[in-house]
Amino acid sequence: MSSSLGSPNVAAIFFFFLFVSATLAITYWAARRTRSLEHFYAAGRSVTGLQNGLALAGDYMSAASFLGIAGLVALSGFDGLIYSIGFLVGWPVVMFLIAEPLRNLGRYTFSDVVAYRLRQTPVRIAAAIGTLAVVTFYLIAQMVGAGNLIKLLFGIPYEWAIVIVGAVMMAYVLFGGMLATTWVQIVKAVLLLGGAFMLAMMVLLRLSMNPLALFATASERFGAQVLAPGQLVADPLDALSLGIALMLGTAGLPHILMRFYTVPDAKTARSSVSYATAFIGFFYLLTFILGFGAMVIVGPDAIKAVDKGGNMAAPLLAEAVGGEGFLGFIAAVAFATILAVVAGLTLSGAAALSHDLWVNVVRAGKAPEHEQFVVARVAAVVGGLVSVALGIVFKGQNVAYMVGLAFAIAASANFPALVLSVFWRPFTTRGAQASMLVGTFSALVLIFLSPTIQISVLGHATAPFPLRNPGLVTIPLSFLVGMVVSLLTKESDAAARFDVMQHRLHLGPEADQV
Amino acid sequence: MSEKQRALEVLAAAQWKLALRLTAAMMAVYFGFILLVAWAKPLLGRQLVPGLSLGILLGALVIVTAWILIWIYVRWANSHYDATVTRIRETGR
Repeated sequence: MSSSLGSPNVAAIFFFFLFVSATLAITYWAARRTRSLEHFYAAGRSVTGLQNGLALAGDYMSAASFLGIAGLVALSGFDGLIYSIGFLVGWPVVMFLIAEPLRNLGRYTFSDVVAYRLRQTPVRIAAAIGTLAVVTFYLIAQMVGAGNLIKLLFGIPYEWAIVIVGAVMMAYVLFGGMLATTWVQIVKAVLLLGGAFMLAMMVLLRLSMNPLALFATASERFGAQVLAPGQLVADPLDALSLGIALMLGTAGLPHILMRFYTVPDAKTARSSVSYATAFIGFFYLLTFILGFGAMVIVGPDAIKAVDKGGNMAAPLLAEAVGGEGFLGFIAAVAFATILAVVAGLTLSGAAALSHDLWVNVVRAGKAPEHEQFVVARVAAVVGGLVSVALGIVFKGQNVAYMVGLAFAIAASANFPALVLSVFWRPFTTRGAQASMLVGTFSALVLIFLSPTIQISVLGHATAPFPLRNPGLVTIPLSFLVGMVVSLLTKESDAAARFDVMQHRLHLGPEADQV
Repeated sequence: MSEKQRALEVLAAAQWKLALRLTAAMMAVYFGFILLVAWAKPLLGRQLVPGLSLGILLGALVIVTAWILIWIYVRWANSHYDATVTRIRETGR
């Protein structure tokens, strides 16, 4: 089968310019409304539950989920679905433990919550280190993926692709702040859900609208093992470790956590998680059909001929069922997906730099609003330039493990400290600091010693640490260190302020003065 | 300890208990699935009807379980929790 992938596609370029013009128009509109810090970081707390649900889905469903999982399923069948499922099960945890406390206790970043009843400076520094580590690894994965994908989809050089993504994304964040970023996420989520749904329907139309007929065809043509677990999960401990990192990491991703400040109250935070989980679950169920559709209609060999990793399975499927025009649409959707995710990440990195480090550490929380605003924008420019630089520096590197790494750090550095600070009275400043730093650095060190780096990247014969993902060790370790250090360093202020925090957690910020 | 404080503590304890139970339920379902994937490969490969292997069915059910657990929490929070918060805010106990 011949494909027009990689050569300039008129439809792709048309849809891409349509998306960029529309989102820049949104940015212009948002920029005129972004007059205060509250607008810049939190969209004026004016976002509705449905809007935030879509925006959360937009932030979460990266090109890796769309193209990567469809490709994995197309090439290896059932094994790819394990990722679909793992990426969803963190959302109930976000709902039960994180969303409402976050909204009621914080202002702009999740460190606001961890630092609520503890000493600001040490907690902010540790939280910023964790945040920046997560954002950096997530950004590298997205930017390198972006450069490669755009090169494959549009035939433009890698570096140019990175610079285009960086420039457009910086325009969103710098001028439109959270309001523009939120609307870019919403547009992207609608396009991605709509595009994936249309693609799945066009596949099913060929099989009398019956997904089981599709799976049965795959099984007849490529063997029954495509519907059964294969080699991907060879070691149960490995599988558990990846699973726990995916599950608890979702509840520690700074760009996701920041979204809960954009809604007016805790009840809206709650409804936005419901919407997000509905959309994301629906999307991951669609990946079942897209993946097996690509396997049956395009075929694994044709997919591997274009890209060994299988990333082009979904675009090739779009071309096979809908022609060049539909390929162009899906390619533009993939581009939009990358742009939006990178914008969300950059904004949360900028918030850690400016709100946590500059305002609360350097200026001890006493910076005037206009200064904070300037610093936030400078941080956004720095974040944008750094992400472009990272994209170019890591060109050609195997970065597939970096999303897993970002989730492992988020789950080990951010999640335990967040949960302990909200629910465990004896938690102290030293405990929080220890938990976040041990979480970040143990995850980093164990990843370096794991087979992922030692064998796959460095080419050594063995690895000192057996697990590919460190979550199974580093998440309990971070909880344990946080609790033991807290018990060794009593902090009466922190325990006393626990009641004040509980009051605000349940009754909301407006009940503070009562 | 004021009456308001006591009412808040009761509410906080109820919220924590439910949140913990639902989180544990999600973990049990998901890790149960992962362990089956790792240890019971032939079982998950068995096709119940042509095309529908047990693995695909259980995988889809994990996603559906996430939806159901969230629905249980939201139903409790929208009725009991919100009503209690309003009561404490208005009457102070």
